[in-house]
Amino acid sequence: MSKIPETLRYSDTHEWVEDLGGGRYRVGITDHAQELLGDLVYVEVPDIGKAIHGGEVCGVLESVKAAADLYAPVNGTVMERHDGLGDNPQWLNEDPYGQGWIMVVEADAAAWAGLLDAAAYAKLTES
Amino acid sequence: MSTISARRTVLYDWHVAHGARMVNFAGWEMPLNYGSQLAEHEAVRQAAGFFDVSHMRPLDLGGADARTLLRYALANDVAKLDAVPGKALYSTMLQGDGGIIDDLIVTHRGDGRYRIVLNAGGAEADTAHLQALVDAHRWRVTLQKRPDLGILAVQGPTARAMAAAALGMPALAELPVFHALEQGDFFVGRTGYTGEDGVEVIAANTLLPGLANRLVAAGVCPAGLAARDSLRLEAGLDLYGQDMTTAVSPYASNLAWTVDLRAAGRDFLGRTALEAQLAAGSGAKLIGLAMREGIPRHGYAVEDAAGQPCGVVTSGIFSPSLQCGIALARVDAALEPGATCAVVVRGARRPALVVKPPFWRQGVATFSFPEEHAA
Repeated sequence: MSKIPETLRYSDTHEWVEDLGGGRYRVGITDHAQELLGDLVYVEVPDIGKAIHGGEVCGVLESVKAAADLYAPVNGTVMERHDGLGDNPQWLNEDPYGQGWIMVVEADAAAWAGLLDAAAYAKLTES
Repeated sequence: MSTISARRTVLYDWHVAHGARMVNFAGWEMPLNYGSQLAEHEAVRQAAGFFDVSHMRPLDLGGADARTLLRYALANDVAKLDAVPGKALYSTMLQGDGGIIDDLIVTHRGDGRYRIVLNAGGAEADTAHLQALVDAHRWRVTLQKRPDLGILAVQGPTARAMAAAALGMPALAELPVFHALEQGDFFVGRTGYTGEDGVEVIAANTLLPGLANRLVAAGVCPAGLAARDSLRLEAGLDLYGQDMTTAVSPYASNLAWTVDLRAAGRDFLGRTALEAQLAAGSGAKLIGLAMREGIPRHGYAVEDAAGQPCGVVTSGIFSPSLQCGIALARVDAALEPGATCAVVVRGARRPALVVKPPFWRQGVATFSFPEEHAA
């Protein structure tokens, strides 16, 4: 079974969101998502300052075999991007909730509140 | 996903117990990977890995007219196998219009008996097709499906030695390429789909779990379909259903070498259409592409140097061994190895180097990028 930390919230497009406080949220892809994608080899993350829209494509994740879209889990603005992933895309597989973080966004607390909790996300991945 | 009707090989439980992620492939539940496609790919390139390919189906042919049937149904000529029992041949099987029904390996077992191994997706239809030819010509041929048999492919630089030990068949050390050795319960061909040395072992289903365990104990890494795909594409080998279909001929699939027109009297199925294609000259070709920037994927458009659309990517991956994008693409333009064209990756034109497949051979790249291809 894939790992689903209790402290995070989740989108139905398989991103996780961590509340950093002060309206800032860290975003990555879930353990379940990295398992589905297989070994990641290339990541394209939106530039700092870019506005992202919940449910819309904001980047690209490519594994050996497939290209997949990275979706924005919430409406917001990109404040930080994890440039280290460029040379180390395997971090997304090895440590999706830690070293594999993708970006930090500024967003409304309401957006965070609208995401799935761990139990709801677990249900989603089982169906 | 309709997994209800998916078939399972005898190793299904073994795969699950070894951590495999299972997927539906051509109607079979097969291991995609056992954790990491990259690690499995690397194991096959550096040492040895083994694949359960029991979804591929052996078909045994016997009877007085088996050779006649195969000389008619296959574009390559099994007469090449007459002198040496155990010799094997790669061939396509064509429709009358030259379209490819399937690709296969046929082995001559001596005394006019043959074994062919068919792709999972086409095995039933292929067998029906062959039976229809037999019936139409009133040939004396028996076709025997072998649901009792499974197949393990052991591949990599050390694979043959590992398989020889696990099977108790030291003679594998002397087995020539594209030859098979039958000993006791095992039918072992020095063939594969990875570009590495190795063997494909056909044996009773009941023997496969024990063989898999012996291979693992000897340090041979189980590998899934994902690694099989990246290995075959680096080796420049077509995948049926993706790089070749009934809509294209061997000439449009980088498989001209598998068409044998030398015996003038051999009027094999599809020959007339192929000769017409040859006479007409240029048609679509399957070429190799390598890209430093961007990863080509199935269905992406190919453009010539002038920016004109000229074809489509049929298979594309990020190559683990070469650390760049590689692809097979079907193009209408005359693109020679060394030329630069482009692949459209999410709306952006990215330079692509035309490469004569394979991309990777015996541990080294077969090409290098010219300087104008941005890193």
